[in-house]
Amino acid sequence: MSNPAPVTDWVHDFDHTDPRWTDNPFPIWDELRAKCPVVHTDRFLGVYLPTTYEAVKEISYDTEHFSSRRVVVRNVRPEPPQPAPPITSDPPTHKPAKQILLPPFTPDATVKLEPRVRAICNELIDAFIDQPSVDAAAHYTKHIPTRAIAHMLGIPEKDGDLFIKWIHEILELGIHDDAVLMRAVGDMTAYFAEQIEARKIHPTDDLISTLMNARDKDGRPLSDEHVQGSLRLLLIAGIDTTWSGIGSSLWHLAKTPTDRERLIAEPELLPTAIEEFLRAYSPVTMAREVMKETTVSGCPIKPGNMVLLSFPAANRDPAVFPDADKVIIDRKENRHAAFGLGIHRCVGSNLARMEMLVAIEEWLKRIPDFRLDPSRDMKWSEGTVRGPRQLPLLLGKAA
Amino acid sequence: MPGRLKIHVDQDKCQGHSRCKSLAPELFELDEYGNAHEIGDGTVPAGLEDKAWLAHSNCPELAIEIKEE
Repeated sequence: MSNPAPVTDWVHDFDHTDPRWTDNPFPIWDELRAKCPVVHTDRFLGVYLPTTYEAVKEISYDTEHFSSRRVVVRNVRPEPPQPAPPITSDPPTHKPAKQILLPPFTPDATVKLEPRVRAICNELIDAFIDQPSVDAAAHYTKHIPTRAIAHMLGIPEKDGDLFIKWIHEILELGIHDDAVLMRAVGDMTAYFAEQIEARKIHPTDDLISTLMNARDKDGRPLSDEHVQGSLRLLLIAGIDTTWSGIGSSLWHLAKTPTDRERLIAEPELLPTAIEEFLRAYSPVTMAREVMKETTVSGCPIKPGNMVLLSFPAANRDPAVFPDADKVIIDRKENRHAAFGLGIHRCVGSNLARMEMLVAIEEWLKRIPDFRLDPSRDMKWSEGTVRGPRQLPLLLGKAA
Repeated sequence: MPGRLKIHVDQDKCQGHSRCKSLAPELFELDEYGNAHEIGDGTVPAGLEDKAWLAHSNCPELAIEIKEE
């Protein structure tokens, strides 16, 4: 486990795992954006960070110079990375892999899961509603996407703690420790291999079977490796992202009573507010690998480097969003890029939106009064998915 | 008197964010992959002009064209 030197020059030597970035990245991004549309660091074997909406958009649409074969910026770049199609695919293999996953994630398909998600939220709330305080990250926000995706995949919801452990090892510890990452990927592969084998004998009506029954354009089934890769993607991408989105929304409402009261009085405003939470507290930063020399927003880009594709920083760009640093829950025009831009648009965006909406709606119905617990610490996740990992709240009206 | 609006979703640009469908379900429909298409020939019925512009201004891919006829 390395211990990186503290950053003294953000413009030329930024580090997205520095504790100040983890705690409050917004002023850092504002400082970098004011200096340059694309900044560079030598850390992590060389990384660019586009800071403007325009630069993020340009890179998202440019699959010729920027590859998705690596989507996490780490201290090491072993060959070859474990593929997780379609997120790690480039054209022309991307489109057929994505088209297999799109139908189960349309708005009409995800709406069928809504009753289960609503029930999950209420079961979780039942367990702590009588207490004066709760860590909402540990007891609420974490479990909603975990149980929802388990339900969709057709695996036991009680295995959720295992998934959360793997994700923490892959996305956070794995940035600095390759052995931990490889072990987690191995455990996950063994877990899914068992699920796949079981379905070869007894087919089921879930997402794992959907992938196993999918055929490519020549009528051939997907390889076990492709099925494994896509399952890995759904589990990794479907959990801590939405966990973060729900957590940041609750955090904002805990410290902003006027917004909370307005959403209770005008529940029809909630979908618009969720879009604003997605913009202002976008959980996901993606990554690309530079394949060929090019320029972005006038800045030279050289191969051998990675790119941190910061949708969160793009969504705070005042050139595109008036009052970008303010959370305006009835913002009418909101072309935020929280789910990405271009061909890699998050396949689970409709599911994530539904989970966020239901989670906040059910919470506000049952716990209209709550606030941050000043006696206990908040904790944000480290790395490229940002959200509260400890969210201590006091429940009920202030005395 | 202002002309009628006509909308069109550019299929090369649409990536299936489905913002238009949730903001203006009267004007857009989704295919099996979740990509959006204008309903019918895209003519916006009187009274739904604001919804057409709202969908337009929330599309992250700038895939919705609006013409005044």
